Amino acid sequence: MFRYTKATAVRELLVWVVTLIGLLPFYLLVVTALKPDEEVLTTSAVAPPSSIDFGAFVEVLTTTGRNSIPMSILNSVIITAGAIFGLVLLGSVAAYVIARRTRAWTNLTYYLVLIAIILPAQLGTVPLYIGARSVGLTGNALGMILLWIGILLPLSVFLYASFFRGLTTEYEEAAVIDGATPTQAFFRVVLPLMAPATGTVAILAGLIVWNDFFNSLIFLGGSETQTLPVAMYTYVGGLVSAWNKIFAVVIISMVPILLFYMFAQKRFIQGFAGGLKG
Amino acid sequence: MTVTIDESSTRTLTVPPEAWNTPPPRKRGKKPLISFGHWWWALPAVVLVIAVHYVATLTGGFFAFTDWTGLGDWSFIGLDNFERIFQDPLMLGAVGNTLFLAFASVILTNVFGLLFALAINRMLKSRYILRTLLFMPVVLSPLAVAYVWKFIFQFDGPLNGFLGLIGLESMQKVWLADPTWSIWAILITVVWQQTGFTMVIYLAGLASVPIEVEEAAALDGAGIWGRFRYVIVPAIRPSIAIATTLGIIQGLRIFDQILALTGGGPAGATETLATQVYKQAFSLGQFGFGSALALVLTVIILAFAILQQYVTRDRDAGKA
Repeated sequence: MFRYTKATAVRELLVWVVTLIGLLPFYLLVVTALKPDEEVLTTSAVAPPSSIDFGAFVEVLTTTGRNSIPMSILNSVIITAGAIFGLVLLGSVAAYVIARRTRAWTNLTYYLVLIAIILPAQLGTVPLYIGARSVGLTGNALGMILLWIGILLPLSVFLYASFFRGLTTEYEEAAVIDGATPTQAFFRVVLPLMAPATGTVAILAGLIVWNDFFNSLIFLGGSETQTLPVAMYTYVGGLVSAWNKIFAVVIISMVPILLFYMFAQKRFIQGFAGGLKG
Repeated sequence: MTVTIDESSTRTLTVPPEAWNTPPPRKRGKKPLISFGHWWWALPAVVLVIAVHYVATLTGGFFAFTDWTGLGDWSFIGLDNFERIFQDPLMLGAVGNTLFLAFASVILTNVFGLLFALAINRMLKSRYILRTLLFMPVVLSPLAVAYVWKFIFQFDGPLNGFLGLIGLESMQKVWLADPTWSIWAILITVVWQQTGFTMVIYLAGLASVPIEVEEAAALDGAGIWGRFRYVIVPAIRPSIAIATTLGIIQGLRIFDQILALTGGGPAGATETLATQVYKQAFSLGQFGFGSALALVLTVIILAFAILQQYVTRDRDAGKA
């Protein structure tokens, strides 16, 4: 009885109009970043540049020194990749043992992880900073990676555990009967079957780590190692109304995430909301 | 797979109700044929979780009752830090702003998110493209998004330009330096970025409404409002519970946008507990006082988080 009628077409058009107005900030972002310096303040914000000028991008990408944008991109990549690797490795093996073995201690560990998910992180920040500083783990990528693994492990363990519970044990049993050790059975047989879980962990953790500003500001503050958001914050703080350069940095920070999003938008959206149906 | 997370700089997760049930019992009397992995595989994860989540949080709770400055001696000062928080107008303002941003953002993102979800839910040919576009801001860095809005709110920026264009010069303002309006500018920035998230939650909820029921209601003469009130709302009640509680928890810790847009100014008009924790502990080195502020924030967040677990569990019990 509900069919695509004229009214639906009008509704579709209306939603598009509202959506495009809502996405106007992206338009402003792109046109402003492509303007040459002298046009930024003299022309209207919505006017396209008279000619496309990549000067702002060139200037941003050739910054040097402590808040060098290219260096901060490299740091962000290292920290994000390291955190994802650790979360996949430690999270999957821990979740496997917790999900497959039914002993009192595995249940207890599982609850420990669940409660950690709810526990707000704010209160722990000061002690973590002081602890990390005293053992030399502030101001470097290694400390940041360890911190992120610690912060996000409950998420990783929880996601993997729920996937493992949905997987029959017959795969491991077949592998063991064929002569595999428990380690081989897990890494050669079970983990590859967990690609959807690994994908979800990687996307959620990758987004959180890549976009994070607060923790990087505290744990890397003032050091030579800066992540992209902190370098962006410092770099922008030194620019007054040079919006073409500011927006060039902003675009550079958004592009990697948006590329991933375009390729895997279904998994992104499901990762965020798919579970809510339960 | 059941987990949800929010996007602010530090995160909260919701634990779905069924997760609290103990793992499915293995069939009794049947010993597993093989050992699954080695018990010590769980060790690194357990150690890290205990250190980063439990030990650190408890230590922070202890710091809250001291006057420690990060160096040298400290002493236990009881409730002095909290007395200071609740006597300082700046801190009280920060508590007020924290709650305002949390509640206002949750109301607006839920209203807009639900409207978008209802609008694109069925039949629109381009609904997947629209969903992709509307969700896009959610994946971006809140800091980067805040800079875009900072440009829009500049005195010579597009917003004032638009107001001038339609003859509302009298409404033009220095938005980010205005003691009344600056917090609204932050609110708009947050709502713009988060609406796609609530929309996706509601789309998932709406997918559970059987089209036949809606059609039956329409045949029985229910109008749009009637169908919404009596068919859709009861079906998406779980989504409402999750979207609102998650939104509040995430709204309570807004930080990046404030630092980028106003830095807490003008004259503390946009300070929140999160920005004050950062400033007191890490800029001023008052680790004790900063921890006390963090404890206040933690208690507020925890109250809502527990409420959320309760609400979502309750729904589960109701279903069974």
